[in-house]
Amino acid sequence: MHELTAILVSMVLSATPLLLAASGELVTEKSGVLNLGVEGMMVVGAVVGFGVAFGTDSAIAGFAVAAIAGALMAALFAVLTLIFLANQVATGLALTIFGLGLSALMGKAYIGKTLPPVPHLHIPGISDIPLVGPLIFGENAMVYVSVAFVIAIAWYLSRTRSGLVLRSIGENHDAAHALGYPVRRIRFLAVLFGGAMSGLGGAYLSIVYTPLWTEGMTAGRGWIALALVVFSTWKPWRLLFGAYLFGFFSIAQLHAQGFAVPIAPEFLSMLPYLATILVLVIISRDAKRIRLNAPAALGKAFRATA
Amino acid sequence: MSSPGGSAAEAPRLELRGITKRYPGTVANKNVDLTVMPSELHALLGENGAGKSTLVKIIYGVVGADEGEIRWQGEPIAAHDPASARRLGIGMVFQHFTLFETLTVTENIALGLDDQRDMRALRRKIVETAKRYGMALDPDRYVHDLAVGERQRVEIVRCLMQEPKLLIMDEPTSVLTPQEVERLFEVLRRLAAEGCSILYISHKLGEIMALCQRATVLRQGAVTAQCDPRRETSASLARMMVGSEVLAVKRPAEHKGEGEALTVTNLTMEPDDPFGTRLDNISLALRKGEILGIAGVAGNGQMEFLRALAGERLAPSADAIRFDGKPAGSLGPAGRRARGLAFVPEERLGRGAVAELSLADNALLTAYLDGNVGAGMVKTATVRNFAGAIVKDYNVVCAGIDAEARSLSGGNMQKFIIGREILQKPRVLIAAHPTWGVDVGAALTIHEALIRLRDTGAAVLVVSEDLDELFEICDRIAVMSHGRLSEPKRVADTNIDEIGLLMGGEFESKEQAGAHAAS
Repeated sequence: MHELTAILVSMVLSATPLLLAASGELVTEKSGVLNLGVEGMMVVGAVVGFGVAFGTDSAIAGFAVAAIAGALMAALFAVLTLIFLANQVATGLALTIFGLGLSALMGKAYIGKTLPPVPHLHIPGISDIPLVGPLIFGENAMVYVSVAFVIAIAWYLSRTRSGLVLRSIGENHDAAHALGYPVRRIRFLAVLFGGAMSGLGGAYLSIVYTPLWTEGMTAGRGWIALALVVFSTWKPWRLLFGAYLFGFFSIAQLHAQGFAVPIAPEFLSMLPYLATILVLVIISRDAKRIRLNAPAALGKAFRATA
Repeated sequence: MSSPGGSAAEAPRLELRGITKRYPGTVANKNVDLTVMPSELHALLGENGAGKSTLVKIIYGVVGADEGEIRWQGEPIAAHDPASARRLGIGMVFQHFTLFETLTVTENIALGLDDQRDMRALRRKIVETAKRYGMALDPDRYVHDLAVGERQRVEIVRCLMQEPKLLIMDEPTSVLTPQEVERLFEVLRRLAAEGCSILYISHKLGEIMALCQRATVLRQGAVTAQCDPRRETSASLARMMVGSEVLAVKRPAEHKGEGEALTVTNLTMEPDDPFGTRLDNISLALRKGEILGIAGVAGNGQMEFLRALAGERLAPSADAIRFDGKPAGSLGPAGRRARGLAFVPEERLGRGAVAELSLADNALLTAYLDGNVGAGMVKTATVRNFAGAIVKDYNVVCAGIDAEARSLSGGNMQKFIIGREILQKPRVLIAAHPTWGVDVGAALTIHEALIRLRDTGAAVLVVSEDLDELFEICDRIAVMSHGRLSEPKRVADTNIDEIGLLMGGEFESKEQAGAHAAS
């Protein structure tokens, strides 16, 4: 029981940065923009968040400034792809490389420093209930924030008019333009939101998860977040499921290594990737559903005919 | 909606003065004046490329004019975008629909309305509006599930919800069956009677004579005539539109055709695209020396059928498609070409030709069997001669055979592609929408070429949405609807109304009825 609780609690911990970054990217992609720079925006968020939290002793300030840093990186991407119509794939890849280099430069001073642990929620009595208590009522604040974002995004996309407009732009930007919607402005905002969320995801790693700064500490999580968006067929709820699934397997395989399971550790390390992709492919294999949810204009440059 | 008898009725509802719009290399509109009165059914007539679409986009605010003035009910309007046009009371039904396939009817209509409404009230209002004008529309269906005619209804209802004072319809009937056109006209007449002005864009003369009270004719971007179409003849309207006497294709005597060149037997195929159409037990016998037309509203399986015939998708069994009696269902496109099949696809650039390649290179794309390639090497001189022959024989207007394909107009590119296929002397030619978006002169060239090919004994299959075209050149016509194909009828034995009913899906041959009962 104790072992399971530990696995589940750490599952949530390791899934949260993915969830933050992926839900931001989901909104960006729903507006029809493919930003492959998630990894770069995350790692910049991680170093900036760590630096600010370290300097101010305030985790909240760290998260806030990390979100701004992520949004700035995204703004660079948005200017290049939406205004100068640069290729989105190439620009996104360049953004990742740029972010990794920039963060290494900025983080030189912070190597070896650590932050105090971030407090967890504790409701006397309730948080001590076995399994459910620590899992649901004993997490750090960002876990609740990330789930709240998923709920808010799901509601925004399916229930609000503004969400409908965003989806329509991702579906057919020419038609949306003909109806008089500001395609470029809405995409710009969606890209900024995605960047801010990636910044939060990165800051979560350096402020809460480790909590210290090391070069390239995102370790491919940005790419996992991107894959999660696709395999969740652009559905926020599936994204939540996929992120936790990935978190579960990455923690479970660590425990398995700890128990000296007779499988090579290299194979166990592959497990979260394989299992997540496999499960999500199976639940999303219906081609019609993919066509229904995938933004048809994803990655296509929009030129306003004026 | 204001009553036509009010004091505002004296001022024109819409007045354009001296509208000019330039695009790099061309002038789309030259000093255009246009006046639409309240309650008027006004036609904007012109050939493809005459500048009609640009002009209505300027009226609706999608593009801005370089010069000129737009006045609305007597007042000049300055800054102009679609949202402000809608606020003024201008509604537009686009030629290429501005619908979102993955959204529901209600969501699509909500996007076209500016004020925030709650979806349930909107849903009720959609049902009411559709009913009032006698159009059936289910507000909860996804647009990708709708047929083209139904999609147009969504666009029209979206406009009507805003109680427009001016409704612009851009080529609305190209996707409708003749019966649906009649129903649309009833709705439009009723709207006009209620005080709404209608600006009706078309190049179909019959429709304009039947519907409109006044017409403005555009040619090469400029207004060439104003008239009352009810007092004109199709010949006089065509002259205003084209600028010269329009010659009709001389229809030679009907060919009986002997022997089957292409036989399709019980072809059933699931679509590979989830939004595609399932081909349902299609059988067809195309005879040598005949032109067989396939009519039908787009999206009823024509595209899937054409791909299956061309070999882009293989038939489930080799026997399902036979050329000259020999099984060909499992041959790819190259194998079928080697047997004498030629194919003119519906997309000119992308499927029929490569936009960035020169005409000479494009000629080689399908003519690689015709002595143009030897021992794996391209015979450049032969290819260039071949491309030159196409340009000369088919009167392709271009800068020479080294011009890039994309530099040609749609009509000239189509002449080039048709010429390329016909000069290879195919035994079966399959042409999809051969004159879509092509001007009258080029259409004539293409029709004559198809008839000449037929007279040499080749079999020609033409898939088209244009019934006039099919009746002009075909010997027999079959109709495709919901992935099924009707029995072909001799043109002499049928008429547009009967084909129109078939296009609406009102057929079921005995064999197909049996197949349905079984499934």
